[in-house]
Amino acid sequence: MMRNTILLFGIIATFAIAMFGLTILPKMFIDEAVKEPTYFTPFEVTEGHRIFVREGCIYCHSKQVRPEGYGADFERGWGRASVATDYRNLLPHNLGTMRTGPDLASIGARQPGRDWHYINLYQPRAINEHSIMPPFPWLFELVSEDARPGRDGLRLPEQYRIPGKKILPADEARYLVAYLISLDQQTAGVD
Amino acid sequence: MNSGSSKPSQFSVSELDQKARYVVLFLVLSGVFWLLFGTLLALVASLKMHLPDWLGTAGWLTFGRVRPLHLNTMVYGWASLTGAGVALWLLSRLLKVPIMLRGYIIVAGMVWNIALLIGSIQILAGHSRGIEWLEFPVSTMVLIVLCVIIMSASVLMMLVMRKVKQLYVSVWYLIAAFLWFPLLGLVSSLPIFDTPTVQAGMNWWYAHNALGLWFTPVGLAAAYYFIPKVLGRPIYSYGLSLLGFWGLALFYNWNGFHHLIGGPVPTWFVTISISASVMMVIPVVVVAVNHHMTVVGSFRAVINSPTLRFVVFAAMSYTFVSLQGAMQALRSANEVIHFTHFVVAHAHIGMYAFVTMMLFGACYYIIPRITMREWHSKGLIKWHFWLTAIGIFIYTVALQGIGVFQGFAMINPDVPFTDTVTMTIPYLVARSVSGLLMTAGHLIFAWLVFRMTWRPDEQPATPLVWNKIREEFAS
Repeated sequence: MMRNTILLFGIIATFAIAMFGLTILPKMFIDEAVKEPTYFTPFEVTEGHRIFVREGCIYCHSKQVRPEGYGADFERGWGRASVATDYRNLLPHNLGTMRTGPDLASIGARQPGRDWHYINLYQPRAINEHSIMPPFPWLFELVSEDARPGRDGLRLPEQYRIPGKKILPADEARYLVAYLISLDQQTAGVD
Repeated sequence: MNSGSSKPSQFSVSELDQKARYVVLFLVLSGVFWLLFGTLLALVASLKMHLPDWLGTAGWLTFGRVRPLHLNTMVYGWASLTGAGVALWLLSRLLKVPIMLRGYIIVAGMVWNIALLIGSIQILAGHSRGIEWLEFPVSTMVLIVLCVIIMSASVLMMLVMRKVKQLYVSVWYLIAAFLWFPLLGLVSSLPIFDTPTVQAGMNWWYAHNALGLWFTPVGLAAAYYFIPKVLGRPIYSYGLSLLGFWGLALFYNWNGFHHLIGGPVPTWFVTISISASVMMVIPVVVVAVNHHMTVVGSFRAVINSPTLRFVVFAAMSYTFVSLQGAMQALRSANEVIHFTHFVVAHAHIGMYAFVTMMLFGACYYIIPRITMREWHSKGLIKWHFWLTAIGIFIYTVALQGIGVFQGFAMINPDVPFTDTVTMTIPYLVARSVSGLLMTAGHLIFAWLVFRMTWRPDEQPATPLVWNKIREEFAS
């Protein structure tokens, strides 16, 4: 029969050992290498990361590339395998667990154009009719066609245009796109 | 159930239940509220996956906010609150002492509900912490942990004041759960995980353990209690119980990093977690054998007792999902199913087919005893069971079936990525249909609970389900 002391000691000990093994030990191994480089992360990128987290992009897009030979990440052009220093020390981590949409670790290399991202964020079906990505119209401003001369609205397909209006990216859309374009793991040793 | 002889000055079972009444009812009813709220969020999120423009202009209802809130309300609302209520009632019965600190626990329950409300608004407003299973802001999480600590204090007091000599296996699991969960919550709230990959490690250590060290022990404790209790026979083997408990304590703790296979963390951490995941086969099979050998020969009772029907379904789901989890952790299997809907369904077998069904079964046993009232409709309980059981079955078959194909398509670079999306759409629709079935089941359950607790004037004259309950209280 089990004694109370053994029970309580065992409960705490099994927890504490694994807690050390899976949280503190990784910290000791990883932190030093990651904290060494200084990342000059522009304001737009940190703000964009915040919006990326706020809108929950991570629930459909992973941001970790598996090594060549394990899965087809490399063959799909998603870049080399991710390493701990790829994440610019931006928190929360955005490694993700789901690929309802494609991995974004190197989206900046695949889609370097801002306009592509603006259209995709405003109405993903305007880029790919089969996309099931949610639209994010609240990151954009809907203004009259004559307003803000010199600034072109998003070049949307016919069915998504609004007559007499043009759609301009608001600050939040610009930050988010700045963040997305900054994501590039194509080449080794970025940063 | 009494694994040891009792000391004198016993409380009678009905005295214990009457003292447990308000505490347990409050926790269970709070849980049922969050169950309904979480179900609504689940439906919205599920529909949005195949109707992406539906409610598309409302920022606070975007998929990326609704889906995490669904998880958080189900985990910290429904399953934790109801689970805590069930756990406290079980401990009171098994230790033969009333629940301690009852007033404090009710206050803690209120604070917990308020914390959930604040956290929910925060996530919808875009202030998620952004870490899976930990989306509630740290402030909300710390409040919840403090509430759990009050319950843990009550549990330890009950352990000290107990009127039995030996501790039944359910008690081991429950004591462990009430020590592990607050520790998990506190460690996960520490600001020391300040680099991305280390935080990812903590994230999955926490998330896997929230299931393994909180919901699983509560669920198994309920199975270990209700199966022998309803059948009126002892559990098959003490030795197997012992092996199952310590196996879980040793191996489950180490599973978290199998969520990061192929990720940017040192490989040997991942390898440790894969080994531990496979080792989980031992406690899982041991518990399954122990339960099966207890039920063997009494399957008729499983059909007749609503509690046992849910509990046995849940216990079988636990065996299934755990063995599946051990296989999923293997690198070769993980290469295919990682990042697919297969894993989403796997998580739902764990939290729904196991934990939620177990809690339903426990509620069907506990609520009549603490309210001294009767369930209103035997037929509706059956509807509840079949709607939820068939619902989660369709969910599993649809998403795990297509998840495998999605995985193979994804690791085949010749298949365009868009095809890995379009192939899943019919199955995502099937998932929404299964969600409707489960929603109907939850509404029936909520109505039954509501009818029992708010309409005492119109109680059935004769017991519909529990022939023994009145005799038990009459004695």
